[in-house]
Amino acid sequence: MLDDATKERIEQDIKSEDVVLYMKGTPVFPQCGFSAAVVGVLTHLNVPFRGINVLEDDSVREGIKSFSDWPTIPQLYVKGEFVGGCDIVREMYETGELTEMFQTRGIDAQPA
Amino acid sequence: MPMQAADIETLIKDAFPDATVVIEDLRGDGDHYACRVVSSAFAGKSRVQQHQMVYKALGGRMGGVLHALALQTSAPPAG
Repeated sequence: MLDDATKERIEQDIKSEDVVLYMKGTPVFPQCGFSAAVVGVLTHLNVPFRGINVLEDDSVREGIKSFSDWPTIPQLYVKGEFVGGCDIVREMYETGELTEMFQTRGIDAQPA
Repeated sequence: MPMQAADIETLIKDAFPDATVVIEDLRGDGDHYACRVVSSAFAGKSRVQQHQMVYKALGGRMGGVLHALALQTSAPPAG
């Protein structure tokens, strides 16, 4: 279920920062291992991001799944585009594709 | 309500008859799986599209009865 107001809000939110992560909990206190894993990767690469806690809003929690046709959370968006969930982020990180993707989009990404 | 690895494999093979499917029950609890799927159906698709195809094959169970399925997909090497 994705009503117009929620859709509009998601469209605005995913463009509010270069990197936006829909997650369970907050970047400082993730409440799910999969969300924590993506936060860990982004933190490791020193990529600033905005975390949106879906546990605070059921319409966003369900709406984001319809929006991206993706059944699970976390979901990573870069420059408004859906990149993937935990498995894809982790795989892209391991192959170096994630760093490359950030850099080609003009976002600094490198381990400290 | 956990799901059996064999049921996951059946659903995926029904959708991708040529697929090689390897499923690991990560904790032995029937609830946390890792699954690797190799199928020619994935050729030319992005990772997001490949995973969406598998989630469709699972018929909405992902994120529901299937709580944790770490997924890795790829097309067979060309040749």
